[in-house]
Amino acid sequence: MSIRHGLLALLSAGPRHGYQLRAEFVASTGASWPLNIGQVYTTLSRLERDGLVVQGEEDAQGRVSYAITDDGRAELERWFRTPLVPADRPRDELVIKLAMAMTTPGVDVAAVVQAQRAATMAVMQDLTRAKRAEGITTAHRLVLDSMIFRTEAEQRWLDHCEAVLAATPQEGRA
Amino acid sequence: MSVVVELAEAARAYGEGEGAVHALKGVSLSVAAGELVAVMGPSGSGKSTLLNLAGGLDRPTSGRVTVEGADLGALAPKALAALRRRRVGYVFQEVNLIPSLSLLENVALPRELDGVRAGRAREEARAALAEVGAGHVAERLPEEVSGGQRQRAAIARALVGERRLVLADEPTGALDTHTGDQILGLLRARCDAGAAVLLVTHEPRYAAWADRVVFLRDGAVDTAAAAVSAR
Repeated sequence: MSIRHGLLALLSAGPRHGYQLRAEFVASTGASWPLNIGQVYTTLSRLERDGLVVQGEEDAQGRVSYAITDDGRAELERWFRTPLVPADRPRDELVIKLAMAMTTPGVDVAAVVQAQRAATMAVMQDLTRAKRAEGITTAHRLVLDSMIFRTEAEQRWLDHCEAVLAATPQEGRA
Repeated sequence: MSVVVELAEAARAYGEGEGAVHALKGVSLSVAAGELVAVMGPSGSGKSTLLNLAGGLDRPTSGRVTVEGADLGALAPKALAALRRRRVGYVFQEVNLIPSLSLLENVALPRELDGVRAGRAREEARAALAEVGAGHVAERLPEEVSGGQRQRAAIARALVGERRLVLADEPTGALDTHTGDQILGLLRARCDAGAAVLLVTHEPRYAAWADRVVFLRDGAVDTAAAAVSAR
């Protein structure tokens, strides 16, 4: 995802300086999305180069505030309007591992599936615990929900793998 | 913390000899007060058998089941029925509320069966419904409220009185994920208030609310998985 658009969205509510942007970004997405101040300033300077934000005055503490431009607003609007396509496949390593386990002699595939499933469940338990924290914002909870749904998809796929493996005699092994 | 329910090498077989089906093969598991334990596993892995044994709805062919110190196998049928009614609350996917009774009357019913006088049973039921956030629909019939509210009432019924053990079998079955989360939040809150909950589910997102997740396969606990998920 783009930190770029996240910052533009925050700036659409009014000019802000870097530390403010970082704090607000983390508040709405939760600690699930760590963002360091360096990333904020690098992103701001790229946004400025592209004409999407402009620098304002320095305040008494020497902090520079940034404001969104008309082009910036147009870009933000385009971002909200455009659906995302799943370009990257973060679970590929697991899929490859399972496929390799199936064809590598001497590997207990069911054990690989089961170990992964328990580890994935532990991640889901942690995410669910985070969701139960008091005073959590709705935005943060929805971010955690998104991660829970993704983790659950992996879990379901592993359940499916186990069921298929249990019902299918193993192939491709000498 | 005090153990509320304990299964020790509990096994359940249907039929005998060669053709016997071993639904549960010596499972040991305990749930303490304040603990939420989820049981997951594919169809036929023994999940429901385990829950039925834990609640005394079925007896093990070998091994032992103890609820708050009472060995269920040693109880006469009448005493077992009384323990089931007084100590154990059940929440099923099919909510099983009596359609012609209001939510309040449904929740009060088990207490009246316990011998509590009607007025007090109603007071307790009203409090239990309020606790699960269904106080405002207490006077309605089950068909007049949403699925989520029916399930809330079922949880109130499972917890009314002195019940400290709640056995939940797919309690989120027909609910959308947000309502399902609320139901789990409710069970979780009851746990944090001192109840012991044993939850059977095939949905990982709900199992994730548990303190421990037990994976069953072919009637036995997968110990490798148990070690990782106990945290």
